[in-house]
Amino acid sequence: MDKRSVYLDHQTTTPVLEEALQAMLPYFREAYGSPSSLHRFGLEVREGLATAREQLAALINAESPDDLIFTSGGTEASNLAIKGFAEANSKRKGNHFVVAATEHPSVLNSIEFMTKHGFDVTQVPVDNVGRIKPEDVRAAITEKTLLVCVHLVNHDIGTIQPVREIGKICAEKNVSLYCDALAAAGWLPIDVQELGVHLLSFSPHRFYGPKGIGVLYRNRKARVTSLIHGGVQENGRRAGTENVPAIIGAGVAAEIALREMPQRIALVAALQKRLYDGLFTNIDYLKLNGPVPGPERVCNQLNLSTEFIEGEGQLLLLDHSGIAVASGSSCVSKSLKVSHVLSAIHLDHALAQGNIIMSLGKDNTNEDVDYVIEKFPEIVKKLRNMSPMWKEFEEGVIDSVIAPTGRGKSFTQHAADLSGKPAH
Amino acid sequence: MEKKEYTLYNDTVMDHFLNPRNMGDVEAADGVGEVGAAACGDIMKISLKIRDGKIEDARFKTFGCGSAIASSSMATELIKGRTLEEAKNFSNQEVVDALGGLPPVKIHCSVLAEEALKAAIEDYEAKQSTVEKSAAVAA
Repeated sequence: MDKRSVYLDHQTTTPVLEEALQAMLPYFREAYGSPSSLHRFGLEVREGLATAREQLAALINAESPDDLIFTSGGTEASNLAIKGFAEANSKRKGNHFVVAATEHPSVLNSIEFMTKHGFDVTQVPVDNVGRIKPEDVRAAITEKTLLVCVHLVNHDIGTIQPVREIGKICAEKNVSLYCDALAAAGWLPIDVQELGVHLLSFSPHRFYGPKGIGVLYRNRKARVTSLIHGGVQENGRRAGTENVPAIIGAGVAAEIALREMPQRIALVAALQKRLYDGLFTNIDYLKLNGPVPGPERVCNQLNLSTEFIEGEGQLLLLDHSGIAVASGSSCVSKSLKVSHVLSAIHLDHALAQGNIIMSLGKDNTNEDVDYVIEKFPEIVKKLRNMSPMWKEFEEGVIDSVIAPTGRGKSFTQHAADLSGKPAH
Repeated sequence: MEKKEYTLYNDTVMDHFLNPRNMGDVEAADGVGEVGAAACGDIMKISLKIRDGKIEDARFKTFGCGSAIASSSMATELIKGRTLEEAKNFSNQEVVDALGGLPPVKIHCSVLAEEALKAAIEDYEAKQSTVEKSAAVAA
């Protein structure tokens, strides 16, 4: 097979839909007014913004388009949900957060920031496929709890969380619930009313909208205070002239995502299954992180650990073959730490190091997947041939974590013996 | 947009990663060093063939990222033909320079190559002193 270009990093970002781009273009040079202006240039743009707000509200079945706040992206939306909600409510309600251990960094780091300003946090653990137990959330809620923060789909291992059950518990306990739907929006039907969430954020560039726009939904019961101070845009909840073209594009992307969702999910889930079956047929000592493809896992991604080799090398060789993927290995991160999600599911160090994430999109084909199934085993073989761990496994010096033979010590022990320190 | 080849590392590093030199194990090696990096979890193994106080052959195996593989490939290239005394003064900076630079967060990969080489020399010297001792006992 000739070298192809296969983009398998849709969970990080997606290309902008043609329809979204075409809808955006007039807002750069023709309808360039500011929606705050009172003349016809402004009023025209105001109408476009209202349409986009309706399109985005429909994607999550918000009660009203007015429940949406536009931000600069998903990260700002998370920051606003946590810090803006805390600022508006902590004096009345309390200073305690309940949060899942596997949240996106924009959630965890926002909460960590708040702990430096007098707030407390309880982290709820997850099981070995990354699932939050609703009863653990219940147990973590105290009299002081201000906000429960859980994601709908894990950004790293694809786990779909029981948010509706957690929503019921929060309603029972009269605690507000914020749901980060970054990895879910566009790939899973979302109904904020059915989920029972008070706040929910998402980012349209994950479903073929443009970058530079995020959305925070908050229902009437959830007050938030602006973090960005200036004018009274977004009803005073987010100052600054709106990123109009991006909002217009996001609206179109949301409308099409909602309309095409059943077909997109069916197509991408079939590719996910094909990729999963093909890779596991052709590669030994391979592990899937998170739930098996099916109702408990988002349809568009696989998080894999290949034993005896490291993730960055896999990423680079895949890229060299034209296949773009992500990795949660420590070698890929600037901090030299493995993904906190892989740590939270207690994935063995040896497997966390060999981690890559393949995320599919609506434009991938069976041929793309077959190309990956052909190329990836060759790459694994090449890297294993280069790895001292592979030979040491064959010689019985170290054992496999995935399929233990009972011979040799663990890779983690071996690595600690060699470096003189326990692996992180 | 202009079609340019984008790679994570520079051409020299990419070349040593994609086409590693001296990959493998020296048969009946005189010295073997295997070291691990506590910081990132990488593991590097260097094996040496030593003749008349010189490194005749050097080979590596690496569990690690692209720059770790490139660093071990380059290190083995650089040390072949050097005397043991020269090899003992080997510095990771030589690897970094020969590779045309590494990103700051990846400098430790070159340190690992230096450590693996020095561990292999230590292993050789330890074996030698055992041989000398048993020779002395026999005498």
